[in-house]
Amino acid sequence: MPTAIQKWLSRALPLEETILVDILGGIVKALQLIFSGDPTLYGIVFRSLFFSGIAVILATLWGTPIAMLLALRDFRGKTIVKTFFNSLIGIPTVVLGLILYLVFSKGGPLGFLELLYTPGAIILGEAVLVTPILISIATTAIEAVDPEIMNLAKTLGASESQASMAVLKEAVNGVLLSNIASFNRAIAELGVALLVGGNIAGLTDVLTTAISRYTQRGDVGFAIALGIILMIIVFLINTVIITAREAKMLFTLGRSPQ
Amino acid sequence: MMITAELKNVTKAFGNKIALDNINLQIHGGEILALLGPNGSGKTTILKILAFIENPTGGEVKFQGETVSFKNTEKTRMQSTLVFQKTILFDTSVFNNIVYGLKIRKVPKNVRDEEVKNALKLVKLEGFEKRSARKLSSGEQQRVAIARALVLKTKLLLLDEPTANLDPKNASILEEVIATVNREMKTTIVMATHNMFQAKTLPHRITLMSDGRITEVGTPTEIFGKLSKNLASFAAVDNTFPGTAKATAVGTAIVDIGNGVQIEVTGQIQGATSIFVNPQDIILSKSAVASSARNVFEGRIIEILDLGSLVKLKVDIGKPFTVQITKRSFNEMSLNVDSRVFLVFKASSVQTV
Repeated sequence: MPTAIQKWLSRALPLEETILVDILGGIVKALQLIFSGDPTLYGIVFRSLFFSGIAVILATLWGTPIAMLLALRDFRGKTIVKTFFNSLIGIPTVVLGLILYLVFSKGGPLGFLELLYTPGAIILGEAVLVTPILISIATTAIEAVDPEIMNLAKTLGASESQASMAVLKEAVNGVLLSNIASFNRAIAELGVALLVGGNIAGLTDVLTTAISRYTQRGDVGFAIALGIILMIIVFLINTVIITAREAKMLFTLGRSPQ
Repeated sequence: MMITAELKNVTKAFGNKIALDNINLQIHGGEILALLGPNGSGKTTILKILAFIENPTGGEVKFQGETVSFKNTEKTRMQSTLVFQKTILFDTSVFNNIVYGLKIRKVPKNVRDEEVKNALKLVKLEGFEKRSARKLSSGEQQRVAIARALVLKTKLLLLDEPTANLDPKNASILEEVIATVNREMKTTIVMATHNMFQAKTLPHRITLMSDGRITEVGTPTEIFGKLSKNLASFAAVDNTFPGTAKATAVGTAIVDIGNGVQIEVTGQIQGATSIFVNPQDIILSKSAVASSARNVFEGRIIEILDLGSLVKLKVDIGKPFTVQITKRSFNEMSLNVDSRVFLVFKASSVQTV
């Protein structure tokens, strides 16, 4: 790098050491890593997809019944419950990460599970993170189903629970969308995975936490590679969502802050 | 005679609104019973109660001799099914819609497939199995909904205005299906309608309803043979008007129905009365005709309703009268809204109460 620029840099960034960032070199290395199928890199990608995937499945399992309750039943305090979940949609991930850290740590209520700094903690943590958004979208989807479908199923002989399943089936597009939106939030978050996972190389490091580590270390090539892959994933997800919106399958989707 | 279902002193309130007021009604096994009345008279509510998807606020409902407990209507729902006025279909294929109830009843697959095929044949929709139900025309959709109910072979079949939104062709297909199902499978049918002409031909008995109450029950002959007071005040019936009659010296009477419209009727009547003229008995003419008909009125077309092979026109002669003519005549006469026309009908075509 020309000495003039070096001089300017050391004056502009008055640090003890100025880390020289070779951007072009970084991009080249990134592409090399991606196309060579570097095992460390793809290990991180796989972990990200796997943890967030299981997290969404968990959230669906406990979130869908809640969504059905909120959409189909009337009970006292229903508005409060709905507001509660809606307001948790945008919780800063690092705050939730902190809460979960305290819960999973040795002195905490779930410390005996010894989940801290294990993949399980990340999966559980991200499941909790995405539950509000999953419930919010799924509830809206189920509420949008024609209320007479319930009566229709009943008059064809269905029991209450069978009729509820018929309503759920009608809302399946919206419910699927809630899953996709949840996956988006889970795979792109940093705070939870970092604080309860510990970012342990090869065990609990995921795309977001790894980008953070490699950038701080100055290993720009790796960080850029991870960043490119994460952007591709997010881009694909958003393409699906936008296509679905065009096909009139989507309801308003709130943007979730990092 | 077996009583399939019975409503005893049934009332139904939705908040402050009383939808049904002390209803007593017996449904005879194997009959077609029509509930005839204007919108809001309580027909749909009765059907929903008989389908056990709505519980009465008061009173008792008996099904096949036994009182129904409103806490557990699952068993009785299997024996009674309702086809809604506004067609609702599951967002899937025609086959999946029709087979739904059979799957719930755990009917074996080969029997299911056969039954669906037969049901589609009955409503003249053979081969429609794989079609997307919501993409069909409204007439076809209604027929799918009926097939979906028929396939269950319930003891009680409830139909809420089954032909209300159908053109005459689909309507007559459906009426034929209803008659066939009742005749051959002895299915007890209760159908709500505000179509007086349907009520004349299809059912064995008619229940007149108004404002949540039953005003009259009888056979079509009893109800229509002599136009009853209740039927005449039935606002949904076209060409029914209250008026004052003055007997003439020649054995007829002139009924003043307001706005200068005076209808000549046969029979010497005097005082308050109601008149009714069947839309099919009125001749529509573009010019004044010298004929033997006593009633000739000039007017303006205010509404045109295209029903496929028939056209219904509303003509304002001082009061709005409905006339029914064939599509062919309509095209030949080149009529449109605001066209000046003449209505012609005989004094003997007018029914009075």
